[in-house]
Order: sequence, then C-alpha cells, then structure tokens
Amino acid sequence: MFSSLKERTGEVLLPGDEFSFEAEDTISLAGPVKPEKVVCGPGLRRSGDRLLVCKSGVLRHKQPNMFWVDSQQRRYVPAKGETVIGIVTVKSGDVFKVDFGGSEQASLSYLAFEGSTKRNRPNVQVGDLVFSQFLIANQDMEPELVCIDGSGRANGMGVIGGGGLLFTVSLGLVRRLLSPHSEVRSDLQQLFPCELVVGMNGRLWAKASTVQQTLIISNLLQSCDTMTAQQRRALFRRVAQGAL
Amino acid sequence: MMEVCGSSSVTLREFGCEQSLLSRPDGSASFSQGDTSVLAAAYGPAEVKVSKEIYDRATLEVLIQPKVGLPSVRERSQEQCVRETCEASLLLSLHPRSSLTLILQLIHNDGSILSCFLNAACMALMDAGLPMSCLFCGVTCAINADGQIITDPTAVQEKESRAVMTFAIDSTKRRVMMSSTKGSFSVHELQQCIAFYRDSVSRRYSKTL
Repeated sequence: MFSSLKERTGEVLLPGDEFSFEAEDTISLAGPVKPEKVVCGPGLRRSGDRLLVCKSGVLRHKQPNMFWVDSQQRRYVPAKGETVIGIVTVKSGDVFKVDFGGSEQASLSYLAFEGSTKRNRPNVQVGDLVFSQFLIANQDMEPELVCIDGSGRANGMGVIGGGGLLFTVSLGLVRRLLSPHSEVRSDLQQLFPCELVVGMNGRLWAKASTVQQTLIISNLLQSCDTMTAQQRRALFRRVAQGAL
Repeated sequence: MMEVCGSSSVTLREFGCEQSLLSRPDGSASFSQGDTSVLAAAYGPAEVKVSKEIYDRATLEVLIQPKVGLPSVRERSQEQCVRETCEASLLLSLHPRSSLTLILQLIHNDGSILSCFLNAACMALMDAGLPMSCLFCGVTCAINADGQIITDPTAVQEKESRAVMTFAIDSTKRRVMMSSTKGSFSVHELQQCIAFYRDSVSRRYSKTL
C-alpha cells in the first residue's frame, strides 16, 4: 500500500478512491521483515484494511511515512493543539464562551491564563479577541480552549490588544502563511512593518502604524487568496511602488 | 441540441460546472446541462437549533428555490430526493450535533431539472470540503411514444414523452442510489434505461473527456 500511495503522490484524488493491500505484497523470507506503517492525515480514513479518500484534493507526502489530502475549505473544524482567534461572547461565572467560527462555541476557563488565580482574575470582557489553543477538540464533546501551554506560560496567547483589524480568509491561505518558508509572508515583509496574528480558523488580525496601512494589508491578504504566485508578486510590487 | 439516440449511442447535452463562485457560502457551484442551469450553495458544519439536532450525526437540510414564486409541493418532493441522495453519500457521523444546509436556486428549466439539481448539489458539497464516501451524479431518461429512449431530454421532449425517469448513481460501484419516475413504462424499458445510464455515467465520471 505504501508503494501505491507513493506513486499517486501529487495526483488529484476524489471521494470514493481507495487504497488496499495488493495481492503482490510479498514478504521476503531472507531479510528482516519490518511492518510498513502509514500515517494518515486529513482527507484519508481507514476502513478495515482499506484506506478511503473522503475529501477531494491533491495527495501529499512527507518523509518518512505521512500522507494527507491537501484540500481547500472555508469552514473550520476544531482540532486539538491548533491556535485560533476567538471572540468572547458570554461571561458567565467561571467560564467564558468563545466563538471561533465552528459549529458550537468553545469554553475558556478564567484560570487558563498566565498568572491568574481565584483572587487575581484576568481582564477579559465580552467582545474581546483571544488567541488561544484547543485543549479538547473532538466531535463528541464541547471544545475547550486555553491560553497557556503545558508549562503554564502564555507563549504569545491571551487577549489581543486594541487598534487592529480582524478579517477572514480561507484555510488554505492560513496554512500557506504558517508554513516554514512562506512566500506570502516574505512578500508581505517587504511592504511595511506590521503585526499579524494568524488563527488557524481562517481569522487574521493585523495592525500597522497607520489605519490606512492596516486596511491595505487586510485587502491584500483577502485578495491574494485565489491568485497565483506571479500575480501576487505583481500586485505587491504595484502596491509597494504606489506606497503611501 | 439533443439527438434521439439509437440503440447503442448515448448523447448528452453539453454540460458545464463552475465552483467557488459565491463568496459568502462555504461551498458553491453552478451546473448547467444545455439550457437548464442551477446554482447551489452549501453551508456547514454550522450551529444547529436544539430542536433539530441529532446526537450522533449532522442534520442535512435541502432548500430548493424555484425561478418565480414560493416553493411549493413539487419543490418539497424534489428536496426529498436530493436530501436522501446526499445523506447516503456524506459522512454525517463525523459532525454530530451540527447542521449542513444546501440551497439550490433554479436559474432556467429546460428539462432534466432533477438531475441538474443532483449534479449541482454534489459539486457544491465537494467545494465546501465536506467529507463524503462517494460522489454521485444525476441522469434523466425519457421514453417517447415510439418506445425510444432519450437521455437528458429537453423540456419539449419531456412533455411529448410518456415516461420520465431520473436516477442518482454513485461513483464507486456505479449503482442506483435514488430513482424518481413519472409516467407509464414496462419493467423491460426500465432495465433498458438503467443499461443506458451506465454509458452516460461513465462519460460524466471520466476525468479526461
């Protein structure tokens, strides 16, 4: 199965395609036998001894044995460990309810902030933006967010200050921004300095030195979603030349 | 234009599809077969009202809007057909207590409308990135007074025929998922239509045309 997955890497797959153990998979009696392990990412599901494709997209591979389907989506489905930007909607007792754009609201305890105790409560109001990560995120339970990491430090998470702009883009653009050598991010760095918070639920928060620059950045990111790399570089160059 | 097919050839009208054309829905598609054209929008998985939520799977709602006027009983029965097909191919158990909404807007009706709704629905669900176990497509056949079978009939051909049948077929095993028939026909003619659909379906599902 590993070989059939490897040879279809880079191809477009549709729901209904499947991979199964072929009859020609032989075990050599001569050398040591290592069971081949395949790690399935998003878009692939295991059903018995077959691997089914459930989303349409391009099959990707990462060494040594990780496979997933790269698909485009606008709606966010929560996953454990992902950092998102949420909006506080309800403040009831010990728990805040946060809207992150999913099918239900997540809960955020007031003790899940750095340095907060029962006497020292964090300063969070309804309507504030919080940058937090998922502690519990599966289909059966209510999602739960925290603003601290495993060792109790904030690590960049918490309430986002005022003066910036929150806007939505597709999930694909967010993943491209967060990838290690992101071209979009390096093109953006050449324009003007700005502060950018990237939430994996498709929400971005940007703040530049003037309101006009903030609006330019938000418009650029929303429009470069569907552009090719060349069109995007041409657009950024045009903006940099006519810069204000 | 449409040709009356002989015993072994199947002709479909020119069909076309465009995805991601609307900015607000999570997935959208427009599908046209000849002059028949439908616009579909998919939302989900989103919040659901407590009265409509199902504890172990997503709630799928299909709304069909006609070109003029309010939806009537005919649209309700078409919604039922589309919803049953979608529920059979979507993996609803991955999103319990959520809602998936599919809105189909009729742009122009020139025959084979139910199969156009099915095709647009499948394209919109794919564009929204919802997990599916298989793709599906819709095909319409009409039997005219002489007993000839016409695939993908226009409105004029549907009116002159004595039976109109629509089938939804899945992409993996090429079996019938849903059938909706109108008029009088024999069992033999039904089996002939199902044999005809295999040809038209393999053409719709081929990635190279």
